Amino acid sequence: MMVLEARRLVKRYGHVTALDGADFEVRAGEIMAVIGDNGAGKSSLIKALSGATIPDSGEIWLDGACVHFRGPIDARRAGIETVYQDLALAPAMSIAENVFLGREHRRAGLAGSFLRLIDRTSMQREAEEQLRHLGIGIRSITQAVETLSGGQRQGIAVARSAAFAQHVVILDEPTAALGVKESGMVLDLIKRVRDRGLSVILISHNMPHVFELADRIHIQRLGKRAALVRTNEIAMSDAVAVMTGAVQSSTSGASG
Amino acid sequence: MNVRRLAFAGPLVALLLACTFFALQSPRFLTGANLSLVLSQVMVVGVLAIGQTLVILTGGIDLACGMIMALGSISMSMLAVKHGWHPAMAIAGGMSVTTLAGMLNGLLVTRIKLPPFIVTLGTMNIAFAATQLVSRAQTVTDLPPLLTWLGNSVRVGNTPIAYGALAMLALYALVFVLLRETAAGRHVYAVGNNSEAARLAGINTNRLLLSVYMLSGLFAGIAALLSIARTGVGDPQSGQTENLDTVTAVVLGGTSLFGGRGLIVGSLVGALIVGVFRNGLTLMGVSSVYQILVTGVLVILAVATDQWSRKA
Repeated sequence: MMVLEARRLVKRYGHVTALDGADFEVRAGEIMAVIGDNGAGKSSLIKALSGATIPDSGEIWLDGACVHFRGPIDARRAGIETVYQDLALAPAMSIAENVFLGREHRRAGLAGSFLRLIDRTSMQREAEEQLRHLGIGIRSITQAVETLSGGQRQGIAVARSAAFAQHVVILDEPTAALGVKESGMVLDLIKRVRDRGLSVILISHNMPHVFELADRIHIQRLGKRAALVRTNEIAMSDAVAVMTGAVQSSTSGASG
Repeated sequence: MNVRRLAFAGPLVALLLACTFFALQSPRFLTGANLSLVLSQVMVVGVLAIGQTLVILTGGIDLACGMIMALGSISMSMLAVKHGWHPAMAIAGGMSVTTLAGMLNGLLVTRIKLPPFIVTLGTMNIAFAATQLVSRAQTVTDLPPLLTWLGNSVRVGNTPIAYGALAMLALYALVFVLLRETAAGRHVYAVGNNSEAARLAGINTNRLLLSVYMLSGLFAGIAALLSIARTGVGDPQSGQTENLDTVTAVVLGGTSLFGGRGLIVGSLVGALIVGVFRNGLTLMGVSSVYQILVTGVLVILAVATDQWSRKA
């Protein structure tokens, strides 16, 4: 089943056409990698899907309904969570507080509804549970995020999005700043998120990671989808050739 | 959690050391009457420092709070004395003036995107000039009793404690709970930590910042009332030392000038450290110039400790 689909998206910035009629699709429980050279319109595409920019024209369909995101909050409410490259975490705050940032639980009764007091215990318990399910090992849920390694931080960010996403998790270069071992940890985590039935959109420059994780690859070039391929039906060198424009390709092979 | 507790332990130890030192230097220091005096001397800076803490936690600074307080105290006293307003209305009027001044700061920071340092440097001068113009640089006297009511005191044993000092402690307790136990309070930290992350998490950062600057204005209004209660007059020259003493108190209390880290109770301890040094040095007969010198050294030490602990 198609969870998120975009048709003929156009986005212009002055004289620059970032998206020139781009199509996109991702199915439930699928990892869709998005690759493309710098300036191919990758980030504009992702911004349109996550509500960070409003396309000039084109349609976005989520779960069978046409949607119009006016901002990232709209997309989030619709069940699309995005993990940004620069890690949207507050370093001095605890893991639990970061997981529930902007979505704090209130206490039961008047203490919550009238005094608007937050329910720290339930948030800590749920955050702990969530991290355990995803196999992220940390010492304590109350430790500050700044005391964690880069991989652990990425893990917290991914876990947060997985906890709240109903449909899609968008990951922007999740392994770019990590070493080999930490990358491996995050790759495993992404697979577990997919195994929960969520769709994952993975933007990455790292071809080995893309080929290890993705079910299909969306190759973006010159503001359009140059190709949509199944990962097991294409060689890494061919994907790079399409991406750089050395080879022309069609999208017929992998759709349907 | 442990790190936070440690950050708070430092200022508290410094306060206790200072108290021990002055207790050894002067037998009058540890008397109930003197400690109550310290509390009364600290209450104006203490209340201003609450607003300052909120602003600094978001990564900003309010250089105008003392001058806004002076504008508030002149507004209150003149509305009551020169314009014949009911004292309660005059107090409400003065607090509206300071809250609006805070709102101006907040709007300039959030809408025009100017740095808080520059905005409040500007409004500091504007508030000072407005205070002088409105009052014609004259002290307002013959105030109705309601305006100085907070200067009355309640006896605890043999020690009189000013209502104003109790009000300050109550405000600290209130803001402590707000910052710790409400979502809005946690968002103050989040904005100071990583304002982009806070925005992406769905927090309306502009509205939060505006509220924080308005609260700083409101606390300046409450401080204005305390200042009137303490001196018995509406003084256009008030607020000038308090203005930067708030920053000193906040920084001595362990709150980071970079935002996002700190405890409200720390600022109370910081204000008390300044108050204890002033009081203790006075008891020892040290001239006030040296007291200012000591305050300056303390601030630099506190900021250096903050920088150093962040690098470690």
